[in-house]
Amino acid sequence: MTKNERMKEQILRTSGVNPLKCMRCGKCSGTCPSYDEMEYHPHQFVYMVETGDIEPLLASKSLYKCLSCFACVDRCPRSVEPAKLVEALRLMVIRQQGANHFKADDIPALVDEEIPQQLLVSALRKYSK
Amino acid sequence: MQRIGVFVCWCGSNIAGTVDVEAVSEALKKEPGVVFSTNYQYMCSQAGQDIIKNAIAEHKLSGIVVCSCSPRMHETTFRKTAAAAGLNPYMVEIANIREQCSWVHKDKLTGTEKAIILGRTAIAKVNLNAPLTPGESPVTKRALVIGGGIAGIQTALDIADAGFEVDIVEKQPTIGGKMAQLDKTFPTLDCAACILTPKMVDVAQHEKIRIFSYSEVESVSGFVGNFTVNIKKKARYVKEDVCTGCGLCTEKCPQKNVPNEFNLGMDNRRAIYIPFAQAVPKVATIDPRYCTMLKTGKCGVCSKVCTAGAIDYKAKDEYIEEKYGAIVVATGYNPISMEKFDEFAYSQSKDVITSLEFERLTNAAGPTAGVLLRPSDHKHPKTIVFVQCVGSRCSGAEKGKEYCSKICCMYTAKHAMLTRDKYPDTDVYVFYIDVRTPGKAFDEFYRRAVEEYGVHYIKGMVGKVSPQGDKLMVQASDLLANKQLHIEADLVVLAAAIEPDASARPLATMLTASMDTNDFFTEAHPKLRPVESPTAGVFLSGTCQGPKDIPETVSQAGAAAAKVIGLLAKDKLTGNPCVAHSNELMCNGCSSCERVCPYGAITYEDKEFRMPDRTTRMRRVAKVNEAVCQGCGACTVACPSGAMDLKGFASAQIMAEVDAICK
Amino acid sequence: MKVSYFPGCTLKTKAKDLDRYARESAAALGVELAEIEAWQCCGGVFSMATDEIASKLSCVRALADAAKQGQPLVSVCSACHNVLKQTNHAMQTDETFASRVNNYIAPDAPYHGQTKVLHFLELLRDEIGWDAVRAAVKKPLTGKKVGAYYGCLLLRPSKTMAMDDPENPKIIEDFIRAIGAEPVIYPYRNECCGGYVTIEDAALSKKKSMQVLDSAQGAGAELLVTACPLCRYNLDKNGEGKLPVVYFTELLAEALGLKED
Repeated sequence: MTKNERMKEQILRTSGVNPLKCMRCGKCSGTCPSYDEMEYHPHQFVYMVETGDIEPLLASKSLYKCLSCFACVDRCPRSVEPAKLVEALRLMVIRQQGANHFKADDIPALVDEEIPQQLLVSALRKYSK
Repeated sequence: MQRIGVFVCWCGSNIAGTVDVEAVSEALKKEPGVVFSTNYQYMCSQAGQDIIKNAIAEHKLSGIVVCSCSPRMHETTFRKTAAAAGLNPYMVEIANIREQCSWVHKDKLTGTEKAIILGRTAIAKVNLNAPLTPGESPVTKRALVIGGGIAGIQTALDIADAGFEVDIVEKQPTIGGKMAQLDKTFPTLDCAACILTPKMVDVAQHEKIRIFSYSEVESVSGFVGNFTVNIKKKARYVKEDVCTGCGLCTEKCPQKNVPNEFNLGMDNRRAIYIPFAQAVPKVATIDPRYCTMLKTGKCGVCSKVCTAGAIDYKAKDEYIEEKYGAIVVATGYNPISMEKFDEFAYSQSKDVITSLEFERLTNAAGPTAGVLLRPSDHKHPKTIVFVQCVGSRCSGAEKGKEYCSKICCMYTAKHAMLTRDKYPDTDVYVFYIDVRTPGKAFDEFYRRAVEEYGVHYIKGMVGKVSPQGDKLMVQASDLLANKQLHIEADLVVLAAAIEPDASARPLATMLTASMDTNDFFTEAHPKLRPVESPTAGVFLSGTCQGPKDIPETVSQAGAAAAKVIGLLAKDKLTGNPCVAHSNELMCNGCSSCERVCPYGAITYEDKEFRMPDRTTRMRRVAKVNEAVCQGCGACTVACPSGAMDLKGFASAQIMAEVDAICK
Repeated sequence: MKVSYFPGCTLKTKAKDLDRYARESAAALGVELAEIEAWQCCGGVFSMATDEIASKLSCVRALADAAKQGQPLVSVCSACHNVLKQTNHAMQTDETFASRVNNYIAPDAPYHGQTKVLHFLELLRDEIGWDAVRAAVKKPLTGKKVGAYYGCLLLRPSKTMAMDDPENPKIIEDFIRAIGAEPVIYPYRNECCGGYVTIEDAALSKKKSMQVLDSAQGAGAELLVTACPLCRYNLDKNGEGKLPVVYFTELLAEALGLKED
């Protein structure tokens, strides 16, 4: 088993997604609000995981652009749930030692008077382990 | 003691792949009553049947067991084989070692073991079989067609042309169905009305055809050749035989704000109406939901203006009972509701429409007299976005349908092409997942839309439609360019999935005809008997069986008619000899069987019995009408004294089978 | 009527109004919000990974507590509600997850998602009823054109949240009508404001928030209501005063005559 195949298996297990259900309609990418900020788009996440092309995804900033808005999950006609793949890939990166994308130390520089706690908590959950 | 022959079929590798057929035929040789056992590659072939015939003669067989596919597939074949060799066909038993054995097992040992058990079971039964002779029943030489769209029309015409009487039951006030609402038809672009309305007139004028419009089937009883059907003629408050169809009432009726269903609610009609100019029958109908006279007793305008005196506010629903030899289901389809797909903003903007609505918007008899104007402000749309597969090919039953609706690719290409042809200044986009055009001259048609008419086909899907001001912002993916597109559109057209008409499910229950999970009627065999329902005497025509376009519907309608003609041409039908019979000596006249019989086949008679002391006594005993009995077996279970039994499936035979399995 | 109440961390700090007006309004409508003892932060977002356990435990504790009281669990914040509801759904449907969680937190009785999770809006709609709300309104907000901003978390994933039609919701519009104001329907009411990505990519968040605000303004809204402190923060910060954004509980309290001017 190659490294990519092992990673693919892990991604499928963590996400619970079956990319074979995808019929390549592209509705996820038609609906994604972060599309223009992404290097790889939702339909590419599904296709690249299916073909085992994992490493480029792990290295891409696209992982941190997903808003977890569930629009792709809700509107997918085949119940593929692409957002869950993005989450599993991001976790694969940040679960590594020293790979937190957002650190508690970053917070003071970002905080303004109005910032809700919810934002910091959510960002920590999404971007660090 | 029977002399039984066993014939094990390989079915090529279908059975032999997972069942050791040699071992099966060897093992079954040892079963009681078996005098001959063999196996062969294709037992249903001419050579295989000859093996059976020769063995019957050579070994003087009194019964045979064929270990093969499902009896639904070849029981009739092997019964005919036996009959040809002089053996009573009901001395044949099938052990299903394909569908119920080789196809479900992967391990050859398990498969072989189970095949032997199934063979043993059939042998145990044949040991108790007795020759049966089927009775005969007459055929009512009249057919009923349920649904008056193009499918029903074509079936009715074909049956009537062969000389048989046909009744059409249509729930709308006119026949014509969906095709009457279409503008042009792909790929030849004939005008739908021009090719449909002459057929509607043919139906009306055919001496062998009666139309029950604005009518519904209430109940069905009986069986193939002998159905009794109760038809409800809904009160239309207009005497059909008096109304001349002049239409004056429909102009004078003061109730003007009734959504016109023929134009899918895009304009209004009156409370008294004729659906469209070419309606058949061309008579008016009063819609009781909107008629002021019927609701409040005040108005009566239509009655005053009707010179023929056809209006009858006191009309009631009428019920007609009629006998038929065959029933054809042609209940058709509807586009699904777009309610659950509001990411396309169907309920939020009048300018998001379905493809059927688009048909009406481009039809000369439609709400805009055929000029393409968008519903909100009656302006010419300059940019139109067509979205394919809306609600088709969805997994998860909560939203949409799992199947491909089949007709959308072609009608969307037609809409796009016709728009570009008539309004060359219009930009037309079609978002597609796949373009599916398998049909004669279909792909050529789609390519013309692209190459000659400049329709922009984009591989991708619309994610969201946002009404903003008088525009529709369409956000979509272009998968080949790997871009997200934002198109400012004036009109968005949704190719909504199609589904069977809602009346199909209750009708299937009445007919005891089977349906699939999508409520399409199931055919007797998906390849070899595509226009027959598994229920004898019930035939399928058009989209009630699955999505199809007009050419396919017309072909199927003709095929269904041919099957009906074949049935009605017979004077008598051979019945099923596996019917119930009552052992009078055991019957105590309790009426349990009569109460459970769904066919009304059981009656009682008083009969004189000689008692052991030589006196006589009158007793009430059950009597089965064998022509009516369908052999369902309900009475045999209900009978408390064990007097009722089913020929060919006697309790003793079934117990012998169970014993053989458990041995 | 008494219900268990999960306020959430932001309602104790930056969104005190959202909390205060919810409690006061509930009391005026005859519902007691009984705050769960020693509740912990929901985590803000529900981890979609099937192997994430620890981050979901605080929600299960709150849910199990409500189950013990035999009361529905109500929250006001969209995020808390989303995480609670998705966690509850996982407890109902994912056996492996549920048994691991039960082994870990060892509640008095095993928890399998029996608590009814309600958003405050659902409490108004399903338990109190819009008619009762309407009847209790003392100062109807007549003539006010209010746009409902749902965002993502109230509606999606719709199979789990099951609050309303995710593409054409009406619960907040019905709320707006009940308090006498006029709802303004606009297409971006169920699109994302930029959410937590505002930390990562402020420009993206700005773009998304502006789309929402432009869409609402274009449809004629004078004011937006939301149930989510993060939505409100993003819309306020990015909106440059385009449209005022308030919590729905604040409007409710105002209409019920509980707010001092």
